[in-house]
Amino acid sequence: MRREHRLNALILGLVLAVPLWAWATSEPFTITLATRAVIFAIAGVGLNLALGTGGLVSLGHAAFFGIGGYAMGILASHAQTYTPLFEWPFVLEGTKSMPVIWLLAVAASALAALMIGALSLRTSGVYFIMITLAFGQMFYYFMISWPAYGGEDGLSIYVRNGFPGLNTLDPIQFFALSFAILCAVLYLVTRLRASAFGLALGAARQNEARTRAVGIDPYRVRLLAFTLSGAITGLAGALFADLNRFVSPVMFSWHTSGELIVFIILGGVGRLMGPVLGAALYVALEHHLGGLSDYWQIYFGAILLGVVLFARGGLIGLIVGRETAHD
Amino acid sequence: MTFVLLVEQVLNGLQFGVMLFLMAAGLTLIFGVMGLINLAHGSLYMVGAFAAATVAGATGSFLLALAASLGAAALAGALVELTVIRRLYGRDHLDQVLATFALILIFSEGTRWLFGSFPLYLDIPPALSGPVALPFGIDYPRYRLALIGIGLAVAAALFLLISRTRLGIQIRAGEEDREMIAALGVDISKLYTLVFALGAALAGLAGALIGAIQSVQVGMGEPVLILAFVVIVIGGIGSIRGALVGAILVGLTDTLGRALLPVLFGLVMEPAAAMSAGASLASMAIYILMAAVLILRPRGLFGRA
Repeated sequence: MRREHRLNALILGLVLAVPLWAWATSEPFTITLATRAVIFAIAGVGLNLALGTGGLVSLGHAAFFGIGGYAMGILASHAQTYTPLFEWPFVLEGTKSMPVIWLLAVAASALAALMIGALSLRTSGVYFIMITLAFGQMFYYFMISWPAYGGEDGLSIYVRNGFPGLNTLDPIQFFALSFAILCAVLYLVTRLRASAFGLALGAARQNEARTRAVGIDPYRVRLLAFTLSGAITGLAGALFADLNRFVSPVMFSWHTSGELIVFIILGGVGRLMGPVLGAALYVALEHHLGGLSDYWQIYFGAILLGVVLFARGGLIGLIVGRETAHD
Repeated sequence: MTFVLLVEQVLNGLQFGVMLFLMAAGLTLIFGVMGLINLAHGSLYMVGAFAAATVAGATGSFLLALAASLGAAALAGALVELTVIRRLYGRDHLDQVLATFALILIFSEGTRWLFGSFPLYLDIPPALSGPVALPFGIDYPRYRLALIGIGLAVAAALFLLISRTRLGIQIRAGEEDREMIAALGVDISKLYTLVFALGAALAGLAGALIGAIQSVQVGMGEPVLILAFVVIVIGGIGSIRGALVGAILVGLTDTLGRALLPVLFGLVMEPAAAMSAGASLASMAIYILMAAVLILRPRGLFGRA
């Protein structure tokens, strides 16, 4: 485990060092790429709570990522046009303030995760995968056919939302903000995994019958994990929307769900920093392979296939060896 | 909404349903026998459609195009099974999801590389074009009626294959107990390749048949794949009968929802608001159906406990 801790520190250090170096040499595009990686990492860490620790293979986390994104898009677009979202039973105005947007993004995605989880967790295994995928697609088709917020074209926001005391339009400041959130989320997940709840969640993954026998209801533990996981992914969605100043139903598409799982697998399932390494690697590959060929996804698919077939445990597993202690 | 229009929509729903069945049957067979979740099933659907469009473009024959779709999809399926899928049978579902997701990326980009991003078109054969007169003064497209017929015929053939033939016995035995039939001398790896190729051929056929109504393009398989998942969740994974019932339920719910909900909302709302509310709800109707089935029967309508 020692080696993994050192590796974790190294990964986080690199994620911080690359944009700082880019800032020093004034390459704002590299900072934007790093911010993209950090935001994907937050979403991946959120999914990893359900998928890695809880063993819940959700192929529908794009729903929460998209809800977070649209929470930002809807609030900011109303603030842009000075029209309230609704006037009854109380007046809700739009806002350009990130903390308020985050709060609503987290609340809305947690609520959606609670509802999807309550239904999906009645099943397990392949059923769970297919059902989460189907609910994710439900949101995708709903956003496409709902004309109020741009439908298929999505929503553009002209100016990035604000955070008290920061100039969020400066790439390095927005990166710092995202990085701080990643660190906070990593800290939260570390604490959660060490708590009684986290241990119960891991136990339910490893042996459901024994977990039940000691008096823990796996359904409730999993539902809580799924809800928290969806909330974290929703927060990442709001940040992602702010990074691009654009939201569209693509955030809801099942390719997004697939990519979130890819981050986890590339890095290592159930590893704390797995999604961070995976997301960084994904963004780097996307950028470099994308520069080499228009058909970069063929190569990416081949790499992914290689990792799944031959490098079980992902890259962190490859470097530090298979996990010996249980989590 | 008149009676004639309603009958037409029911037929459309039926047509959509039987095509979904061709997809769902392969998925459910592959899951039932090999325990594999195959996201790349939609890619095989796309392979069938592209093969059919290419052959139809070269020869002008729709029958040859259908044969090509079956052959190309079965070949692609067998090839993928031998090289990749085979290594996934003992793995957990997460690895299967990821590896078949990687296959989708490879298939989609490979097809885009070969054929470009512009859609191809596959023409309806002259013998099946135009409307056909049904009782009660209903004119219905002949091709869509033929699709219902082909779909039901394939379903019947599949039931016979599974209940009456030696291969069918092996498939059912494989669903029951994999180790035991291997111990009894059945060449299990050959059986797996065969089942995978069979499922692929059905998907390819569906791709070619639907390709003649819609355009043939990269990514066409994915919406159908997800609907096929909804179908087998509703029907119960591993059950061919469940796939048929689920497919027709989903086909009818989706088609009728899109046709009727805007009209129903129109009774209580202004026309414009009714259109958008009806369309939004209709796009969610099959998922609501799926949620309802899950609440009542978490293992699907025909799933085993």
